[in-house]
Amino acid sequence: MNHKKTYLKKISGAIAGVGILAIATISPAHADNVSAGMGILQNRCASCHNLTGPPPKTLKALWARKAPDLFYAGNKFQKSWLISWLQKPVRIRPAGEFYAEHIKPGPVHDEVDESTLKPHMALSKADAVQVAAALMTLKGHSDLITKEHMSPGTISKTMGKMVFDKFLGCIACHRISPNYGGLSGPELYTAGSRLQPAFMASYIRSPQAWDPKIWMPNKHVNDARIQQLVHYLESMKGGNPQ
Amino acid sequence: MKPANILIVLVTGMCLSIIPLGAAMAASAKDNYRTYCAQCHGLQGNGQGINVRDMSVQPRNHTDVVYMSSRSDQDLFTADKKGGLAINKSVLMPPWGDTLNDQEIHAMVQYLRKLCRCQEGKQ
Repeated sequence: MNHKKTYLKKISGAIAGVGILAIATISPAHADNVSAGMGILQNRCASCHNLTGPPPKTLKALWARKAPDLFYAGNKFQKSWLISWLQKPVRIRPAGEFYAEHIKPGPVHDEVDESTLKPHMALSKADAVQVAAALMTLKGHSDLITKEHMSPGTISKTMGKMVFDKFLGCIACHRISPNYGGLSGPELYTAGSRLQPAFMASYIRSPQAWDPKIWMPNKHVNDARIQQLVHYLESMKGGNPQ
Repeated sequence: MKPANILIVLVTGMCLSIIPLGAAMAASAKDNYRTYCAQCHGLQGNGQGINVRDMSVQPRNHTDVVYMSSRSDQDLFTADKKGGLAINKSVLMPPWGDTLNDQEIHAMVQYLRKLCRCQEGKQ
């Protein structure tokens, strides 16, 4: 019994220690930003974005989704990109979300129905900083992120494109320049400044682990290829389209 | 109650509890087609999806009765589950085995037969 009490004391001491450390390392200004950003998210973003999870579990729920889930935004996005993009948003998914709700048969092939797509709201710099701070605290699926072990490295553009395009066929659904590639997935020519490497690796490994009904297939890409793909995508920062 | 009647009640109960669950798990082939296949094969199944412009190998036109009747149901099942490479076709056709279960893929094969209005070996 005494032994149990001592153990509990030690545990509560450790928790208090971690709490004090966390408070000491998070500046009051940052905490204010997170709190204000959460307020903006709740008031202006939650009607389209899922901030809490879980992701859609049925096709009907998937079809009804109006915008990407954000409950794992802190494991997905780069903060600097969020701050910049939120002030000057540019469409990432050429056919929107859910893509089949925004396409129509065309004279040659199906086309994006632009009349159904609305621009994303732009935020002031102050609001963008606050929202980005709040988004970075949304850490859904951290268990998946910790399983990834990315090695730093590079790959030539030629080899990267070969893997992406010819070996794996990712080009079918994703654009690697503003006018080259498929339209049903998010563009990837800004992936390197937008996404975290471990997120890219984990999502390629199993899109369904993140989003069970998503229309991106699991191609059973092996570890070496995942590393190559992520190194290629890391080089895609929007400024030098390939 | 006779033992035979008890057995009937038990079996009926089990079926009632299992069937709705199975129905909820498996989406209809038409809905799966719209979600996963239409991006390349088109809303109308004619091989003209929104992604086709830059694809080096064009997606199959599922309303092409001549081609579709030349493929076996087993080939269609394998291509859907394991991807184009599994039947010596393009890597651009991905494997859907982690997205759709076998029951849904079998249903998809039957849906493809509806689109082409054909059967294996019969136009």
